[in-house]
Amino acid sequence: MDWLDNGLALSLVVFLPVVGAGIVLAIPKAQEAALKWTALIVSLVTLALAVVLAVQFDYSAADTYQFGTAIDTPWIEAINAHFHIAVDGISLPLVVLAAFITVLVIIYSWNHWPEPHNPKLLLAFVLILATGMTGTFVALDLVLFFLFFEVVLLPMYFMIGIWGDRGIRDVPIFGWKMEMRLYASLKFFVFTLFGSAFMLLGFLALYFRSGDTLGYNSFSMIELSEIGAAGAFTGTFAFLVFLGLFLGFAVKVPMWPVHTWLPDAHTAAPTIGSVILAAILLKLGTYGFVRIALPILPDEAVSWAPFIGVLSVIGIIYGSLACLAQTDMKRLIAYSSVGHMGFVMLGIATLTDVGINAAIIGMVAHGLITGLLFFIAGSMAHRFHTRDMNRLGGTMALMPKMGVLLGFAAMASLGLPALAGFWGEFMALMASFNPLEAIGADSMFRVFMVIGAIGTVLTAGYMLYMLRSVNFGEPAEEWVGQEFHDVETSEWLAWAPLVLGTIAIGVFPKIVFGATNDAVVSLVKSAFGG
Amino acid sequence: MIRFGTLMHQLVLAAEDTGHAAEDGHHAIEPGITSGALVEWAWLIVIVPLVAAFVIAFFGKKLPFKGWEIAFGSIAFVGVYGTVLFLLNATQGIVYEGTVAIADIGDFHLEWGWMVDGLSIMMYFLVGVVGTLVFMYALGYMKGDVRFTWFFVSFSLFAGGMLVLVSSPNLIQLIVGWELVGVASYLLIGHYWEDYANVDAANKAFMVNKVADAALFMGAIIMAVSVGSFSFNHILEVVVHGENGALSQWAFWAGLLIFIGAMGKSAQFPLHVWLPDAMAGPTPVSALMHAATMVTAGVYLLGRLFPFYLDVDGLFAGDVRNIIIVIGGLTLFLTGFIAIVQDDIKKVLAYSTVSQLGYMVAAMGAGAYTAGLFHLFTHAFFKALLFLGAGSVIHAVHSNNMSDMGGLRKKMPITFWTFILGTLALVGIFPFAGFFSKDEILASIKYAGGHGQDVANFILILGIAGAFITALYMTRAVALTFFGEYKGKAHPHESPKSMAYPLIGLAFFAVTAGWVNMPGIYTGFTDWLATRVPLTGIGDHHAESFDWALIVIVTPLALLAIAIGWWMYGKDKDTQAERDTFRIPVLWPLLENKYYIDDFYMSGIVRPIMGPLARVVLWIDMNIVDGVVNGVGALMKVFSKGVATVDTNVVDGVFNATGAGTGASGSALRRSFTGRVQQYAAFSFVGVIVIAVLFIIF
Repeated sequence: MDWLDNGLALSLVVFLPVVGAGIVLAIPKAQEAALKWTALIVSLVTLALAVVLAVQFDYSAADTYQFGTAIDTPWIEAINAHFHIAVDGISLPLVVLAAFITVLVIIYSWNHWPEPHNPKLLLAFVLILATGMTGTFVALDLVLFFLFFEVVLLPMYFMIGIWGDRGIRDVPIFGWKMEMRLYASLKFFVFTLFGSAFMLLGFLALYFRSGDTLGYNSFSMIELSEIGAAGAFTGTFAFLVFLGLFLGFAVKVPMWPVHTWLPDAHTAAPTIGSVILAAILLKLGTYGFVRIALPILPDEAVSWAPFIGVLSVIGIIYGSLACLAQTDMKRLIAYSSVGHMGFVMLGIATLTDVGINAAIIGMVAHGLITGLLFFIAGSMAHRFHTRDMNRLGGTMALMPKMGVLLGFAAMASLGLPALAGFWGEFMALMASFNPLEAIGADSMFRVFMVIGAIGTVLTAGYMLYMLRSVNFGEPAEEWVGQEFHDVETSEWLAWAPLVLGTIAIGVFPKIVFGATNDAVVSLVKSAFGG
Repeated sequence: MIRFGTLMHQLVLAAEDTGHAAEDGHHAIEPGITSGALVEWAWLIVIVPLVAAFVIAFFGKKLPFKGWEIAFGSIAFVGVYGTVLFLLNATQGIVYEGTVAIADIGDFHLEWGWMVDGLSIMMYFLVGVVGTLVFMYALGYMKGDVRFTWFFVSFSLFAGGMLVLVSSPNLIQLIVGWELVGVASYLLIGHYWEDYANVDAANKAFMVNKVADAALFMGAIIMAVSVGSFSFNHILEVVVHGENGALSQWAFWAGLLIFIGAMGKSAQFPLHVWLPDAMAGPTPVSALMHAATMVTAGVYLLGRLFPFYLDVDGLFAGDVRNIIIVIGGLTLFLTGFIAIVQDDIKKVLAYSTVSQLGYMVAAMGAGAYTAGLFHLFTHAFFKALLFLGAGSVIHAVHSNNMSDMGGLRKKMPITFWTFILGTLALVGIFPFAGFFSKDEILASIKYAGGHGQDVANFILILGIAGAFITALYMTRAVALTFFGEYKGKAHPHESPKSMAYPLIGLAFFAVTAGWVNMPGIYTGFTDWLATRVPLTGIGDHHAESFDWALIVIVTPLALLAIAIGWWMYGKDKDTQAERDTFRIPVLWPLLENKYYIDDFYMSGIVRPIMGPLARVVLWIDMNIVDGVVNGVGALMKVFSKGVATVDTNVVDGVFNATGAGTGASGSALRRSFTGRVQQYAAFSFVGVIVIAVLFIIF
């Protein structure tokens, strides 16, 4: 079909949301129903299109770019930047995930409007975010990638800053006292901007250097990957470029030690903000490693791999330990992302097909599971007006369905086999036992495997600790006699798909591996010859 | 779907070539059934209880028996199917492996599947038959429970998880079942979660198992990566062929780590600590958990990988067997002692389970596949019986403590007599089930000791001593519970029929289950277990005849222990504490405190991690890692004032325009931080330009 092959369908997936945002902004603020329905319909159509793409996708050629615009679709001719978007097996699951989460977030919002209300603006931001996220996953031109990568920044910044937590955050040492939302949004913004500035530098450096090999300067990821695999970028230059890319992506992931924006941002953000952050935004970083850093600078990736591996396992252990010391439920879930993304990065650092497959399924699984956890944490905070686990307890008695869902999500998060989270964790450990030979650090990675395995134990530890504090025991006196609404319809509609997705991918991982495997194998083969 | 046929033929030939199957004159039996609807549909055994769990969860409350009927129906289905397979395997031999591909990842193929061979069939039979009786019992026992329906959801999930585990043709599915059982047990142990003590017991079970699982993960990974496949079939092929490759290079570590995994589920010293606490769950849970499911998983796994551990070629995990036998020996000896000082009748049985698992593991360590699994088989029946008997008593007196019991033999005759049969089976008195299986284990350990495994000679002594201890603590439990005067407050009465019939059913097996393997007379069990995918004939040693030298030691020793036990605890006194006269200095406190292992774990590991370590990490995060960030921010603030004044007027205008839509609530906000963002942004870009210059130089 033409509209699939010429990139129209994919362009719609990317830009429909932002068009929807325009419509939403044009609707008067008072007409809340119209706003909600517009946003929902736009996101549903986008999801439907994404599903059509997933169905029509040629899985036997998952390592080729499909549904794309022509590689030379002109865009900014002065710098030879093209409007080139397409999906392959690596990006397809992430595109679907992004469209999927957007719908769920809008459904959930139906009657969960954080203060100061203003659905119009919030929905517009959600839709702009959707365009930024899917755009990042499909862009095959570095300028385009950078643009989308940055597009997500402002809406999220405002989302945290306006609808965020108004508690006071004490910043130790400096003695600052700021509203949580202000501190967190600022930190999020500055961190990401800091990273992406270096990333942009890296992109520019690649652009200028590519002329030496190609005869013309190029931002095309495909061309750059080809010459990169052939060894066009070497020496100090390559090192610095990788450093730039690393900083950009590592902040977004986030990797230890540039992770500290995350606990604040996740905790301060309104529920849907946390969900989008955890489910999609974090993946922009890991995706960047897989799509850009590894194929374009394979030799650098090999020499950086042990370093990335070290940071990953530090993240796993450190994040888990930080979770164990939390009393704020949402903050605990936030820190858990540091650990989980550590597993994803560990998979990537092995530079093997198993490891990168693990990373992608880990990204999808983390999106579903941590998204669900944040939803539930948000709904519970909404009902209890506190996230303090010392005060919570006995949720199973007060709201049994909510408790069961939280239990499910926690079990999924700790990597229970036959649920989605297991594959990413287990396969990442498996890859670390057998990393790419060229790295020449087998024993080191085997130590990573052991540390990662200890991490799975700690992960179980803090999840059980959370369940013990929140779900079990007799409800504290302050809750006795109060009416608590158990899971509502809009919550069921937003959460059930996440539950089902978690089970489906867990039982039948081919849903993800079926798309990714060939693409990953081919990526590894062309970049590392493995 | 079936990948043997020719392959298996080759394997049998290969095995005969190297003399594996020929040891002790045991030849492979040719399986008669390798295809057909019966085995091709055997996946239903696994799926039905899992589906039942979901159905009960959603619809159970609306049904007349509140979901019990579905749980019972599904487990009865497994029981019937399992029995049919068991009988057919006994008569004709069955070998089949069905698989469904679920994904490719790199060079690895991931599959779900179901094994239908001697080992798996025995487990289907056990889980199905014992499960059916326990589920029937649970109807009466759980009557009026606060979460009756939910209980049967978890219970079905528990049985289903175990079936996923034992049906697995590969390490991945095994791990899936392994952890499903773990999570179901977590739910069941913490069934009464209002009380934090129960939640803590559940957490403890989960965490101890998770520690072991982490080792299992690594062992499985090492094994799978070395072989290039997760399939048991492929792994054992490498072993049977004696290939000196990657697997043999890593065999010790793979073997050890997998064994540590087995130590968790099968509660081996020092990872046994979760099991006694698991008594917090309702008694039917204990009956199933300690008999047919969960704790048998570790022994089952050692059996599944047996050729790898037996290691006839000396290329694989033969060395690990010395560790296995020592762990098993220590477990059976040390934990049996603790049972002597317990007041809670379920804890007596719990420590007894740990001790008996020690026997099974020691047997595996001695290279006695049949003996270990035979004991697993008989133990499943009599231990389930004992737990259900204990449950019946607890149901009647509303207390777990034997200090609230006494004199119940007349009030609860069915419970009493079946409990006695179970006790005799456990103690190992001829001709009850435990006699045959324990004797076979001791004979095998003795054989191993005489054939090069020196450490087995020492373990044999522990094993014989263990038989003495077993008889002692069981005599004590029977005396304190059923004899003397009643010390409790409730009015005990015999349990309802739905609870009494399962006791009788299990008692039947407790008496007879041992008769399927009598050396020199009838050894069908040996052959049933030997039909295996991918190899037939396992190559272990099993006794040709009874080892009379052992019997004349062990049986009198057990009888002596009963006599001593009766002398010590049989006499009635005013209080149970007075009857309970076993108070040797040093040893008593040591046992009371369970060798201080729990204290060591809590003070030595859990608390330091939860407390100081976690808090230090968080402190570092908030103060140092974040401090750097805030410090940089503070510095920028100072330096950027100059830049900002130039910049604010221009860019802030744009910002304010963007922010116009936020309405009144946003306006204060805007003022307070848009300016600052601009400062940081400006500085970031200045930094970028500096580095850009650096780039141009390079």
